[in-house]
Amino acid sequence: MKTAFGPRVEQSVRNCTPVFLTLALVFIGLAPFPAPGYVQVTPMLTLVSVYYWSIYRPDLLPLAATFCIGLMQDVLIGTPLGMSALVLLLVQGAVVAQRRFFLGKTFVVVWCCFMLVAPAAAVVSWLLASLYHWTIMEPRLLLFQHVVTILIYPCLTWFFAVAHKRLVAKA
Amino acid sequence: MRIQTSQVRRLAIPVKVWFQRFAFGLLLAAAAALMVLGRAETAFVEHIKTGISDVVAPVLDVISRPVASVTELVDHTRVLLDLASENARLREENARLWHWQQTARNLREQNHALRGMLNLVAEPRTSFVTARVITDSRTAFVRTVLVNAGSSDQVQQGQAVINGDGVVGRVVESGDRNARVLLMTDLNSRIPVIVESTRDPAILAGDNSDRPTLRYLPMNATIAPGDRIVTSGQGGMIPPGLPVGIVAEVADGVVRVQPFVRWHRLEYVRVLNFVLPGVLPETRLAAPEGALR
Repeated sequence: MKTAFGPRVEQSVRNCTPVFLTLALVFIGLAPFPAPGYVQVTPMLTLVSVYYWSIYRPDLLPLAATFCIGLMQDVLIGTPLGMSALVLLLVQGAVVAQRRFFLGKTFVVVWCCFMLVAPAAAVVSWLLASLYHWTIMEPRLLLFQHVVTILIYPCLTWFFAVAHKRLVAKA
Repeated sequence: MRIQTSQVRRLAIPVKVWFQRFAFGLLLAAAAALMVLGRAETAFVEHIKTGISDVVAPVLDVISRPVASVTELVDHTRVLLDLASENARLREENARLWHWQQTARNLREQNHALRGMLNLVAEPRTSFVTARVITDSRTAFVRTVLVNAGSSDQVQQGQAVINGDGVVGRVVESGDRNARVLLMTDLNSRIPVIVESTRDPAILAGDNSDRPTLRYLPMNATIAPGDRIVTSGQGGMIPPGLPVGIVAEVADGVVRVQPFVRWHRLEYVRVLNFVLPGVLPETRLAAPEGALR
């Protein structure tokens, strides 16, 4: 049984929510906010987004989309082209592979797992950046950046959960 | 028609399945390949970069505007709250500046007369473009900003970028309507400078921290916290004498400079078009690091 044309289009648009949200977070992360502390530690918003959607709706965040979002982020931030794409893809790959474990777990457990994933992503990006620039990068700021990302995780996840329930799940 | 569609589908399905099976590996390899290509500074990667930022710059411009308005509102409120103390401070500063203005006038006259006596070659004129900062990406790895002026506004790679406080950095990539500015705190930033009082030359090298370091100072240089650092003009792209910062600490042979620019208030910047007559295009970028050794 095929559904009518209108609802199908609506559902397709709704299904784009994860990609659009992640893309929007790239832009929001780049906005020149004035707080002096903040600019030191712009959190990795896209990392949280990729983590969340890889657990709950990996079908709606294709690998190719993650790749393109990563490239976009690299171009706009000015990091070596391909670096964020590589890190985000690795995170998505790792999370999707362990998805059975995550499903049905409480928020705190998933958050705790993010506390393992974020530092792992930090280490990979630190290695990549150090290799690329062929110098030992200062790890302190990166550490700080990922601590802030872990702290901001609950707010973002709440927001994603609302978007998930209101926009994606409801047809 | 139907036959054709089914044929296409029959061909497309294995390709799709094959791609899905290997997508993860393929995309990882593609990302790694782009990093390698980018490291080699190929024109292909540069094209991708400027292409994407040209397309996305208008979106970033739109997003940065409400952020700027909110910032302005917050600043305005803060100014209103501090009005009395600010006024007292400004009166005091005004009195001091009047004195300096008198000194400057005297020196200008004297300078003019001495230049006339020496037949000094006139400095080239510097024109500038004012641009708005549309993104702020100061992460752990890079310190750059995008501004909304590009090669269509005569913004070119290598040009110096300043604001009211002092030197900000220089242009590293220039798209059609946007340009990327490498801040002087970035790991890759090198700016030829001199110590204002002693005229000792050095290179200001960023290391992604808020305080860049002074390198290649002469062996016998004496330097102390509080010394002002200004651009030297060597390399031909940055005009001499622009304020950069003050020496913040001297420890174990490492001299750290506190820039004058307040990074969290970077809203508008000026891109300077300063080209010495007769300087070849190849030498328009900075002099190599070892030049001042």
